[in-house]
Amino acid sequence: MATQVVQLRRRKWGETMRPDLWWIEPLIVFTILSSFLGYATWAAFQNTHYAYGNYLSPFYSPLLFSEFRESWFGPKPGGWPGWLPFSPALLILPFPAGFRLTCYYYRGAYYKAFWSDPPSCTVGEPRTGYRGERSLPLVLQNVHRYFLYFALAFLVFLSIDVWKAMWFTDPGTGVRHFGIGVGTILLVANVILLGGYTFGCHSLRHLVGGYVDRLSGAPARKKAYDCVSCFNRGHMRWAWASLFMVAFCDIYIRMLSLGIWHDWRLL
Amino acid sequence: MTAGGTTSVSREIVESGQRAAERSGESAGGESKRAAFRVWRGDSSGGAFEEYTTSVSEGMVVLDAIHQIQAESANDLAVRWNCKAGKCGSCSAEVNGMPRLMCMTRLNDLDLEKAVTVEPMRAFPPVRDLVTDVSWNFAVKKRIAKFKPRIPDAPDGTWRMAQSDVDRVQEFRKCIECFLCQDTCHVLRDHQKHDEFIGPRFLVHVAALEMHPLDIENRAAELRQAYGIGYCNITKCCTRVCPENITITDNAIIPLKERVVDEHYDPLRRLVRLFRRKS
Ligand code: SF4
Ligand code: SF4
Ligand code: FES
Ligand code: FES
Repeated sequence: MATQVVQLRRRKWGETMRPDLWWIEPLIVFTILSSFLGYATWAAFQNTHYAYGNYLSPFYSPLLFSEFRESWFGPKPGGWPGWLPFSPALLILPFPAGFRLTCYYYRGAYYKAFWSDPPSCTVGEPRTGYRGERSLPLVLQNVHRYFLYFALAFLVFLSIDVWKAMWFTDPGTGVRHFGIGVGTILLVANVILLGGYTFGCHSLRHLVGGYVDRLSGAPARKKAYDCVSCFNRGHMRWAWASLFMVAFCDIYIRMLSLGIWHDWRLL
Repeated sequence: MTAGGTTSVSREIVESGQRAAERSGESAGGESKRAAFRVWRGDSSGGAFEEYTTSVSEGMVVLDAIHQIQAESANDLAVRWNCKAGKCGSCSAEVNGMPRLMCMTRLNDLDLEKAVTVEPMRAFPPVRDLVTDVSWNFAVKKRIAKFKPRIPDAPDGTWRMAQSDVDRVQEFRKCIECFLCQDTCHVLRDHQKHDEFIGPRFLVHVAALEMHPLDIENRAAELRQAYGIGYCNITKCCTRVCPENITITDNAIIPLKERVVDEHYDPLRRLVRLFRRKS
């Protein structure tokens, strides 16, 4: 069906009849996301000050290799080429980064903020050509559910870190005992916020029950679907809150490790 | 189109509007306010904004003001409307750059210090003034695979459905076909992919069919190819303008995208299906 659609003149980039400050929202998204990206990349390359006592920065968890503390596989692999920068964070960060990059909410937000596609609703675009997520490269966004599987595993790793963050070693006696510090609370908040974000994932919503048209016959599935739908309604808020928190946990632990801040023990 | 046909009706509205204005003026003890409107006048060969002023009073909507302008200073101004209650979806236009139902856009929600712009929808060909030709939408609807129910559950040819299963598609059935979502979608509005993309309104329609507890048709292949769901880049502009508050992107489009992933982009699922078929 070839339709001849004659329209009014196409609007130029940034042209709109909207009188409101439409550019503020994409500008805020652009600023926050690029700052996060800049900080996370910098922090991931540091390979130092990522832990303090029983606290481990979420950027470095799970800790695969480490010279300083207990890790899955011990120190940095022997055959690692000297010219290639090494940091255990670089090995694991692609998973959470891919999860956020392919997240339906973030996609819509960064297409606007970084690619002006469109800059904001009903505002003119810079390019005439458009392929959307129909062909390469953006058709690859459809891998999102695979990143989700990793994200669910990461929730487990981060929960183990929280458990560890509750056990402090007495420097005098070397005895481990239960306690809660500000760092513990931050790491708990991090898992809660990341959990809220991950459990509201659109792909998860589909996989736990969204793909079924008659959920009434499967009450457990229906419950799971309703629960994910509930988180999903606030997906945007969970996305931003968890982004802030994960970065702040790294900053906090880095500051403790640098000796600039001091952890306050509540228990 | 109601350029001439509604003049008497609009006159009544004008008069009742003026009476209301007088009343509100009396009770508030103030004078009636005047506001400026920049209305797009033209047809498919081109056009321009023309400015009109008219008196406005409390409770008026943009459509009232347009009718007043039509009655007072532009008798040939073409505008389509029907119910004045936000239910027929005829009075769609762009008010201050945003797709809105003129009959549901209250003047006291707008900044009347500046002229209010009123223009036709941009995703469809202009017919005259505020009226556009939305017939493309009806042609699109015909292309969508129809509702195909499973064989009846009872010998008398009837079906049994659980309310909770129907609830999910109920939201999509609120659509009044105002096509504001189609208008705001940049895939149609800016990139004019009318031949390859059915637009948010019809993705909502497909969702209503596809998620219906009785329907057994599978539209995943069409969604991917003929309906062009991959063009949607989930910017949620459609959801933002829907006067029926349908959560178009989150509840209709994304779940459909996930169903397309199931069938076309998930290698593990494909493998599982392959084995299931063999066994
Ligand atoms: S979310 Fe998709 S369908 Fe809706 S306006 Fe954006 S691109 Fe168009
Ligand atoms: S989905 Fe909403 S905006 Fe789109 S046509 Fe229906 S009522 Fe109008
Ligand atoms: S959709 Fe946002 S995390 Fe999956
Ligand atoms: S006139 Fe019917 S929706 Fe506005």
